[in-house]
This record gives sequence, C-alpha cells and structure tokens, in this order.
Amino acid sequence: MVNFKPTDEQELIRETMAAFARDVLRPQAHEADERCEVPENVVQRAWELGLVQSAIPEALGGYGDPRSPITGTLLLEELAYGDLALTLHLLAPRLLTIPLLLFGTEDQRKRWLPRFTGDRYAVGTAAFVEPRWDFDASSVSTRAERVEGDYVVTGRKCLVPLARQAEALLVYATAPDGLAAFIVEPGTSGLVIGEREKNMGTRALETYPVGLEGVRLPAGSRLGGEGADLEPLVNASRVATAALAVGVSRAAFEYGVAYAKERRAFGVAIAQKQAIAFMLATMATEIDAMRLLAWEAAWRLERGQPATRESCLARDYASKAALKITDDAVQVLGGHGYIRDHPVEQWLRDARGFTTFDGLAIV
Amino acid sequence: MIDFELSENVKMMRQMTHAVAEQAMRPISREYDEREHEKPWDFLNMMWEVSRGTSFGGGSERKAKDAAREGPSEKNFAMCTSVEELCWGDVGLYLSIPNSGLGGAAVAAAGTPAQKERFLARFSSGKPKWGAMAITEPSCGSDSSAIQTTAVRDGDHWLLNGTKIFCTSGLMAAEKSEGFVVVWATLDRSAGRAGIRAFVVDAGTPGMYVTKVEKKLGIRASDTATIVLEDCRVPLDNILGSPEIPKTSEGFKGAMATFDATRPIVAASAIGVARAALDFVRDTLKEHGIEVRYGVSPHKLTALERDFMEMEAQVQAARLLVWRAAWMIDNGMRNNLEASMSKAKAGLVVTQVTQKAVELLGPLGYSRQCLLEKWMRDAKISDIYEGTQQINQLIIARRILGYSSKALS
Repeated sequence: MVNFKPTDEQELIRETMAAFARDVLRPQAHEADERCEVPENVVQRAWELGLVQSAIPEALGGYGDPRSPITGTLLLEELAYGDLALTLHLLAPRLLTIPLLLFGTEDQRKRWLPRFTGDRYAVGTAAFVEPRWDFDASSVSTRAERVEGDYVVTGRKCLVPLARQAEALLVYATAPDGLAAFIVEPGTSGLVIGEREKNMGTRALETYPVGLEGVRLPAGSRLGGEGADLEPLVNASRVATAALAVGVSRAAFEYGVAYAKERRAFGVAIAQKQAIAFMLATMATEIDAMRLLAWEAAWRLERGQPATRESCLARDYASKAALKITDDAVQVLGGHGYIRDHPVEQWLRDARGFTTFDGLAIV
Repeated sequence: MIDFELSENVKMMRQMTHAVAEQAMRPISREYDEREHEKPWDFLNMMWEVSRGTSFGGGSERKAKDAAREGPSEKNFAMCTSVEELCWGDVGLYLSIPNSGLGGAAVAAAGTPAQKERFLARFSSGKPKWGAMAITEPSCGSDSSAIQTTAVRDGDHWLLNGTKIFCTSGLMAAEKSEGFVVVWATLDRSAGRAGIRAFVVDAGTPGMYVTKVEKKLGIRASDTATIVLEDCRVPLDNILGSPEIPKTSEGFKGAMATFDATRPIVAASAIGVARAALDFVRDTLKEHGIEVRYGVSPHKLTALERDFMEMEAQVQAARLLVWRAAWMIDNGMRNNLEASMSKAKAGLVVTQVTQKAVELLGPLGYSRQCLLEKWMRDAKISDIYEGTQQINQLIIARRILGYSSKALS
C-alpha cells in the first residue's frame, strides 16, 4: 500500500541529522566555504553519529544496521540542508564502504571495512567523474584491460573527494565485460593524484584530479570480482544527488521565505506581493516534487528492482529544480542575494554542481 | 514505512478502469469531441450500471476522528488512480459519467447524516443521475466570496435568486435527470464570506432553468451550463451547514474544505490526460524505431529524448504529489497545502506536456486524425477549473508563509 510516512526509526534518524545540520553544519558553512576547508570539530562530531559505521556488519566492527537507500535519502537531504560541501566530506568514506557492502567479496570486505569502524574519521573515496565535457556515467572512458590475470587501468578522473588522505580509492573503469570498480591503494604505481582542484561551489570540499597511468592491479582488487553489475551503485549515486539537491533547495527556500517576510517594500513585506509569494509557492511545490521522485527511486533500489529510469529522472529533475530554486532564492533577496554576507549565493554555486556530481555521494 | 507499491485492491481497480478507458472511451472519444452537446447514452448507461453508488466525481473528506476510528483507508487514493485511468481514456467523457459529482462531494463534506441519506441515496439506484456544483457567476469566478446569488428565508423555504455559469454537468443535473445542483448563495451580502452557504436544489425545482450550454476549447463531451435561479424555492433543510451567520467565516472555510478532497482528483484527471499524450508519443516513436535511452549522458541524447524524459519526469512528479495529497486525506491529515500543490503542479504539467507532445509529433500532433490535439485542448481546463493555477499558488503561498487571505491577496 502506498505510504509517504517514514518509519519511527527513520524519523529519529532524520531528526538527529536535522539537529546536527542546524546546530553544527550550518553555523560553520560560511566560513568553511570562504576558507575552503572543513573544520576538524565537524568531522569528528559527524563521525560519532555513525554515518559510515552504521551499515557495516557487527562482525567487522560496525553497528550492523541494514543499509537502506530510503534512510540514506532522508539523511542526505537533512545534512545537505546544513551544508553540501561538509556533507560530501563527511560521507566520502561511504563511497567506498557502501559499494563494498553491496558487492565486495569476502576478502575485500574483511580487508577494508574494519578500517572504517574506528574511533576516528577514516577517509575513503571514489573516482568516477572524468574531466571531459561529455562525461557519460553509462560508459566511462577510463579503461581496465586484462593483462596476464591482472588489470591495467588507464584514464583520467576528476572531482575525487579527499583523494590525498584516502585509505583507498574506488576507481570506476570500463572493463571488457562492462562497468567495473577497482580498489586502489595510495602509492600504487601509476596512480597520480594532482593538485587540489578549485571549483565554483562546494569550496570546502577537497577534490583532486586523479590520473591512472597504466595502473596494474591484481584481479582481486576488482570490486565483486568479474561480472558484477554495478548499475545499482550508479543509480544509488543518482538518487544521492537528488536527495542532496532537495536539501540545498530547502535551505535556499526557507531562507528566502524568512527574508521575504522580513524585508519591506512599498509598505508591506515583499512576501505579500504575489510576484514574490508565487515564486516561493513554486519553490515549495518543486521541493516536494523532487523529494518524492527521490524517494520513489530509493524505494526501488531498496527492493532491488531495476531503477535506472527512475534514478535518472529523479536526478535530472532534482538537479534542474535545485538550480532554479537557488537562483530564485538569490532573486528574492535581490542585490542582497548577490552579496556573500547571505548564504544564498553559495547555495546557487553549490547547486550548479548537481548536474556534474555523479559519483560524489551514495545512498 | 515509505512505500510506492499499489495495494492489490488499487491495482484491481486500476485494471478495471483502464479496461473501460481503452474499450469504452477511446473508441468514441473523437466522435463526442466533434458532436459537442450530444450525449453518448450507451456509454453513460453502461457507466451508470457498473459504477452507480460510487462517486467518480467527488472525493470524500475524512475527518481526523473518523480516520482514528476506522483506521487508514484508501478511498481517495483509489479514486485518484482510477480517475487517472478513466481520463487516460477521455477526460470529457469521464466528466459526463452519471454520478453525484462535485455536488455530491459538497454534500458528503458539509451535510448532516440525514442530508447525506436524503441526497446521495438516489445515486445507487434507478435511472442515471447527475450531481453538479454551481459556484461561479458572470461577475465572480475565483473570488467566490463575491457571490451575488441570494438566499432569503421565506417561511419554511429558502428563495434563491441569481445566475450561475460554468456549471459542469449542470444540464444533466438540473434538467435531464433526477439529480441535484448544489448552489452557493449568500444569506447576507454585507456579511462577506461568513454569509455564504451551499443549498441543494433538486432537479426540476421550479425557478431553476438552464439557459445556455457552453461551446468550449476542449472537454466537449461534458456539458457546461448556465443556470438561472428565479425565486427558486428550496426546503429549509436543504442548506448545508448552519443557517446562522457567525462572526467568523468558518462556514465558508468549511465549504472551501471540499476542495481539499476534490483537487487531488482533478489533478489526477490531468495526469491521465498527460499520460495519454506521453504514451502516444512513446508508441509513435517506437513504431519508428526510436527508444528513449536512460542513463546515457545528456550530451549524447537527441533533443527528442531529452524532451521526452523531461515530460516524463514532470508527469511522475505531479502524480506523486497527487498520490500524497490523496493519501493524506485517507489518513486523516489536513492536506489543504498539499492538495493545492498537486493541483497547481498537475494543471501546469498537463498543459505543457500536451503542448510539447503536439510539437514533437509535428503534423501528426496537429491533425485531428489523432487524438493528441484533442488532449492538448482537453488539458487546458485542468489549469483553470477547481481553482486556477494562480488561486492554488495563492493558497500554497499563504500556507507556507503563514499569511491570512488579508495579508496576501
């Protein structure tokens, strides 16, 4: 039976994340953006929330909660409402842990997952996006060729979060039998991590270009071994993008509402003018629409059903809507929206990334 | 728990209504678009036989306490999914199906148990009957608080005087069946909203006349009537709600609450039309060997594929908003905001999607040999009736801003 009510447990998680976003992330978001760095206290406090450890089995040191794309969607929206860059930083380890949970071989899981169950934040990441204008998530250009029982991976990646500190990188490449991912340790010969990138938005998030110059990897480093169909991971990333877009949009919308009720022109609050009120009404409707699309796609993922169509529609819809909503929020604030004293310009810069953020988060 | 799986009951109803849409509606769709003001009696009689006693036009408002007592229902949700199917068939024909319609929804929402029995029981037996709602007047549409039609007490009757326009199924409800028209009138013009009440006027009541049946852009199978009330006498207890004029406008708000149940249904009808257009475009492309590719970089897609995906996402977004709004009533939640969101979104989406579909198929879209052009004409009404796009925007804005109608007008 169709139902739009999260479980009590999900509500609890959502409230916890909302409080964390409100009390910890948002107050530090501006400075983090200006200084292009993530405050250390944020990282440790988030780690203690168990965002990464929760889905790791108890036997491997985690909490053993089942991984749920729906819960993930709720969680990502709340955190992104606090700040997108900080969220992507905090959740970066999941780019490695969730694929391991879903597809990792016994050896891979035992070897890597315990590293993410300690007392301190441990970095994991994934290299998915490639520095080309026509980057295609359905056929990445990085190649993995079989050579004498090993794989040799060649290509270029970009927007790889925290590549320099990572325990390991999950590198996506096209293998002879389709999309594959490889667990690559830092220091592997041929793995070249470049200078930190400078991006328009999510400035606090460290991202790096990564070169793979004939990186030779044992077959055992291929996630799930030969033949694993990784489409669910790509879809989980699409749904994550949609969920994050909802969070950023809601931040901009709520700020716009508060401002429009405060700011007066022609003797009334500008929110009392239909030109402004209707923009806000559309923003509210679109936020709910994008959230429901994200939920539906997440629900399909959770049931293990094919979800490529739904995930793509949710992600495309949400990334467009988020851009429009954050742009409108800047417009509601007028000249003030353009000034960095208000956060809306940051949300616009952040939201512009959603069409490019494939593989930067996962539910 | 968040779930998007339709229940077995809803799936079954959807299957049945789809069969009706495909087998009984589509084959006569064009004919009754062209033969405006003629009635497809075989279809209407058949629909009366299979669906009488249900209300494919009206919603059912559920009070929180009912929901608490009876547990969650799926009534409104099932209605929305069924209406989507029927309107995938033909929205004009759907609107013409004999049932208590919007008038029935008003009685269900604001009537006493005795009134519900007296007015609604007739829709379960006998010959086909229609219920209609008469709000709009020549000088007021969206601003229903400006209603000029008067209700004056005269002994044990009310005397109604005024002119109502754009009354859906008004001809069938007022003159061609033993149905009724719910007429909105003011007890006291100086009392504004607080003085407005709805009155049930039985078909054939002396003093109620249909003076015009409109010619329209679309939904031509459905009659849209002008109804004149001239010293029309209705019994005292045909008033819905209290005859007292309170200091506040609670009564008016109560009447407006009918829309919280009906807007998601109207929105669902829009989704049906939009889906008809989407399906037609998809099938036509398929016939020519074109399949939309999902997951491929947008840079590699054709403009056609990108347009189609955009339309598809818009329709699904609107559908989920409709589902949520219906689900909320079924679970006893107030859904004023969400009902308006669903209606505003669906009305706009169906308008844009059908217009785009005509564009995508070029001369095929424009030709009356196909139904696409009809759907585009039919679609537009979704963004107008049951609260225009702008009125729904206004309601959404007031809700999210916490403004009264005075603060934001």
